[in-house]
Amino acid sequence: MERRDLLKMIAAATGTALISRNVLAWDPTRASALKDTGYTSDDLGLINEIADTIIPRTDTPGAKDVNVAATMAIIVADCFTLEEQTLFNQGLQDIQQLAQKSHGKGFVQLTSQQRLDLLTPIDAKATSINKKRWQDKKLKAHPFTLIKQLVLFTFFTSKVGAMEVLRFVAVPGRYDGHFPYKKGDKAWAT
Amino acid sequence: MAANEYDAIVVGSGISGGWAAKELAEKGLKVLMLERGKNIEHIKDYKNAFKETWDYPHRGRRTQEMIEDYPVLKRDYPLNEQTNGMWANEQHNPYVEKKRFDWFRGYHVGGRSLLWGRQSYRLNKEDFLANAKEGIAVDWPIRYEDLAPWYDYVERFAGINGSKNGLDVLPDGEFQKPMSLNCVEVDAAKRIQDTYKGSRHLIPARTANMTEAKPTEGRTACQYRNKCWLGCPFGAYFSTQSSTLPAAMKTGNLTVRPFSIVSEILYDKDKKRASGVAVIDAQTNESIEFKSKIIFVNASSFNSTWLLMNSATDVWEGGLGSSSGELGHNVMDHHFRLGASASVEGYLDKYTYGRRPSGFYIPRFRNWGDDKREYLRGFGYQGSASREGWQRNVAELGLGADLKNAVSEPGDWRIGMTAFGEMLPYHSNRIYLNHKVTDKWGLPVLEMDVELKNNEKLMRKDMTQDAVEMFEAAGFKNVKAYDSGYAPGQGIHEMGTARMGRDPKTSVLNARNQVWDALNVFVTDGACMTSGSCVNPSLTYMALTARAADFAVAELKKGNL
Repeated sequence: MERRDLLKMIAAATGTALISRNVLAWDPTRASALKDTGYTSDDLGLINEIADTIIPRTDTPGAKDVNVAATMAIIVADCFTLEEQTLFNQGLQDIQQLAQKSHGKGFVQLTSQQRLDLLTPIDAKATSINKKRWQDKKLKAHPFTLIKQLVLFTFFTSKVGAMEVLRFVAVPGRYDGHFPYKKGDKAWAT
Repeated sequence: MAANEYDAIVVGSGISGGWAAKELAEKGLKVLMLERGKNIEHIKDYKNAFKETWDYPHRGRRTQEMIEDYPVLKRDYPLNEQTNGMWANEQHNPYVEKKRFDWFRGYHVGGRSLLWGRQSYRLNKEDFLANAKEGIAVDWPIRYEDLAPWYDYVERFAGINGSKNGLDVLPDGEFQKPMSLNCVEVDAAKRIQDTYKGSRHLIPARTANMTEAKPTEGRTACQYRNKCWLGCPFGAYFSTQSSTLPAAMKTGNLTVRPFSIVSEILYDKDKKRASGVAVIDAQTNESIEFKSKIIFVNASSFNSTWLLMNSATDVWEGGLGSSSGELGHNVMDHHFRLGASASVEGYLDKYTYGRRPSGFYIPRFRNWGDDKREYLRGFGYQGSASREGWQRNVAELGLGADLKNAVSEPGDWRIGMTAFGEMLPYHSNRIYLNHKVTDKWGLPVLEMDVELKNNEKLMRKDMTQDAVEMFEAAGFKNVKAYDSGYAPGQGIHEMGTARMGRDPKTSVLNARNQVWDALNVFVTDGACMTSGSCVNPSLTYMALTARAADFAVAELKKGNL
């Protein structure tokens, strides 16, 4: 049973508000161990390959290089609502099924070009739905949107993403609001 | 002196409590500071101060567990992984919402001084006159001139950066050099100046982040990391820990007692004075009494009011200060969460270096000078311009190397600003005790009955329209208004529930922040505010506290208290 369901059941049974943990100042949040997220190593391999198709290695590291799947799995397990989790998992399943249908093998077995060709129309579909969602907030997000957003987030908030793909200075020490920029210079991570 | 006897007791350790402790201890009083929550030691306890995004298991996102634990906090931005554990436990400390009220509390030494926005502005002359001129609520018992030297005093010590602009609407102060505007903001300031012929101004925000070090106080200038809410190991922004507490401790006159919930001010009805406080130890549940000559109540607006309501109930059913009929009434906050954003063309050869923990400010211009609107009072804007990062929407780039390369470079410049509006003090906007619901220690809790009224709703139309108009005047493109809706409390500027005034029949406190019914009890946090202005209030609490402490010590010496 999901921890949340369990807590709700206890709350309903006792009729009292839950007594929450005594959280200390700037306390680390509780995080699921990767093995408890419910994702198998095959799942993580699939997520990493999808992620690497979205953010591939170029002259800088890509999504698989930073193993985004490990962090994504924990964020999905701990931060996503059940509905979002379902949508996310549906997205993974859809991609896997499409790979089987069109190539007779799993997504990870495809060449990188086949992966890109397979995901590109899915991304286009998701993008068009997102445009409609600006008008109609009740429209459900496309599962791929959830996956793509989490890949971008997890990659660019990683140490490698911030330091090797973007730029990061821990202690800037000053502010310059007229800092010179030329095309090709990297963006700041934060 | 007996073990539990002090010259002064300060209830609360946030912005105003820290100031009270410092001023009273420096003037030679033996001071006891009582804090309901845990201790947080400067630097040593700033566990996240050097963490980066990748050091958090969820990269800063809130977990479902946090959302369960914080049903109120989850309503807005303060619930995040970085500041986990810095907000009051909502199961232990419930309250009742007759109408929705978002109450964001910091129960620990330092209080919300560790979690504040740091924007620091003086009220202006009109702010102190408006109630009387317009027949709203009651007149402030003090004027700007009464507070001006105390603003000087607290600004110098706290370390406020800002530019001197010579504006009546936003009086200058004793500032450190300002944090600079960036290239887009500088030009926006010029265009707004030209378009509005000097009646509207875009200036650098004035914040309690130091731009000049104070080596003798162990405080370094801001390092532009923009991590203030994690506690600053450089001591660069004003907090109790970085500023007032070390000064108070240096005197040898201050005792700080964490985990001390003050449940009642002990009132001597023969002497018409408070004699001390009753405390529940939050960890052991032990009851303890402390005696003192004077008491400073700085528990944050609503908790200070709660304490008064829970005191001297054998004399006044509604508690100490309730004889006025105003205790718990006149709740104010600043209403906001609306404004505009726009795209900025050009400036592609410019970027920013460093993470500035501030931005720009546009002081109030409505109902100012010759301007007259269908509502009373006004609003100011806080905002900033920046180039977009990897978070921007680049759907058209699809997937792969093109997407990666595109979002690895900064995008176009954008600019945005949020309006903060004054809320009038309405008698019907109130908080009161609810005895049916109790907290973890069996104490009654507060119930909130607060709403925006017509004046604020009318003002909100201008708050978006004017933002759009100014951005268009400044030449920005795709200007879009936004209004994310506002619930009372979200400004985290609760004020007014034990207001100052000239008459004990209509106010809880006099011109010196003394409770009319117990002159040795001073309330100098947001509860004392007679009106709210539209500027961020903390600097005013600092000034009022220093002023009241100076008066209290003088009165003690004269034998008047």
